[in-house]
Amino acid sequence: MDRKVVIPGEIIIDGDEYLPGENTEKKEGKIYSLRYGLAEEQNNLIKVIPLSGVYSPRRGNIVIGKVENVTANGWLIDIGYADSAFLSLMEVPRFVNKDAMEEVLDIDDMVLAKIWSINKRGIDLSLKSRGLGKIEDGIIFEVNPNKVPRIIGKEGSMIKLIKDNTGCDVTVGQNGFVLIKGETISSELYAKRAVLFVAENSYVSGLTEAVDKWFKENKE
Amino acid sequence: MAEKFNRPDGRELTELRETKAKVGVVPNADGSAMFQQGKTIAIAAVYGPKKMHPQHQQDPRTGQLRCEYNMLSFSVSDRIRPGRNRRAMEISEITKWALEPVLMLDKYPGQVVDVHINIIQADAGTRCAGINAAAMALAHAGIPMKEMVSSISIGKLDKTMVVDLTKEEEDYHEGEGPTDIPISMTPSGKVTHMQLDGKIGVKQLQEAVDMAKVACQNILEIQKKALKDFIEGDKK
Repeated sequence: MDRKVVIPGEIIIDGDEYLPGENTEKKEGKIYSLRYGLAEEQNNLIKVIPLSGVYSPRRGNIVIGKVENVTANGWLIDIGYADSAFLSLMEVPRFVNKDAMEEVLDIDDMVLAKIWSINKRGIDLSLKSRGLGKIEDGIIFEVNPNKVPRIIGKEGSMIKLIKDNTGCDVTVGQNGFVLIKGETISSELYAKRAVLFVAENSYVSGLTEAVDKWFKENKE
Repeated sequence: MAEKFNRPDGRELTELRETKAKVGVVPNADGSAMFQQGKTIAIAAVYGPKKMHPQHQQDPRTGQLRCEYNMLSFSVSDRIRPGRNRRAMEISEITKWALEPVLMLDKYPGQVVDVHINIIQADAGTRCAGINAAAMALAHAGIPMKEMVSSISIGKLDKTMVVDLTKEEEDYHEGEGPTDIPISMTPSGKVTHMQLDGKIGVKQLQEAVDMAKVACQNILEIQKKALKDFIEGDKK
């Protein structure tokens, strides 16, 4: 089956050999879509990939969030989702003085973290991975979370292109926050313009070439 | 049978007005859509799912839907006073009831989906246009739904059943006068909303539901096309 755009309630495929995956349901041998997006098949498993809407957190996502509150045993982080996420003291790979937790992360600090579990009670974050932690410098801005895969590109090709052309370090959170770190502010702003160009033209086929051309036409 | 009934705008009895639909008309919203039926234009914007405020209205078992219907002051030829009024509050609630049965909000406990519907030009059938736009906007916002919802107003002018009334037809004053029946349906034929303003017999009411089924099928095709064009048009 080819990938196709489906709307809620649409029959994606008819046949008992198919299994309903994410965002689909099976009724009387037919697979129905439950969401608006792209339907695709993999080993008889049918799923619908959403292309619009708010960010939905998944386990393993790297996200950029803002510290909302400091509690007795951790931090509440706003990751751009209806429920705020919790970063436990146990998930910080360094010694934390419980009487001075603000020294590690204070309210309004930005933090790069990983989602390590999602359950009924909420989202739990972790800093136990390389590169995670409090964001000390650089600029942060927001893009549509549905465009994050295009900004990263196939196996990080787009990010690499931006890094090579601007000399800036670009980190994209799955929740749509982008962090740029560079030598000078003007190079950071240049990288920001490049990322926004990618987000605005995410539907163009041959996007990498288009971005290449953009870099030639728009110098820092 | 009496001679053929002539509609003021020359349409066939079961013919819809010229209908247009577009998705993604409000860039700031999580989902949005425009639905136009003749001179009636509705714009719907969806925000959420987001945390329910005020907190005491949160339901830990399921997410909730909030609808707000509003007619802009310039939408009719006599300026209407802007803001909420009795009619707008009723239609807001009706819209919520028409859409709620297809939404799967149990995945979003303690959260709310806000739907704002604005009528920028009114020529009868505004609640139907609003529901059609809202259903598209909800799909665009990525809310899980079992089915789409399509809505149409069926009318009885004197003794003749017609589809998609205009304001001129709503004010018809001959014979038995006008009857207006807005109906919302899912593609599988479930009725999620039905109102009746006027007089009608049981037999003709059944006829109205059957006519609505056909008309809603046509509207669904328009909604489907608009949603698909939004992604596929982008690729070109």
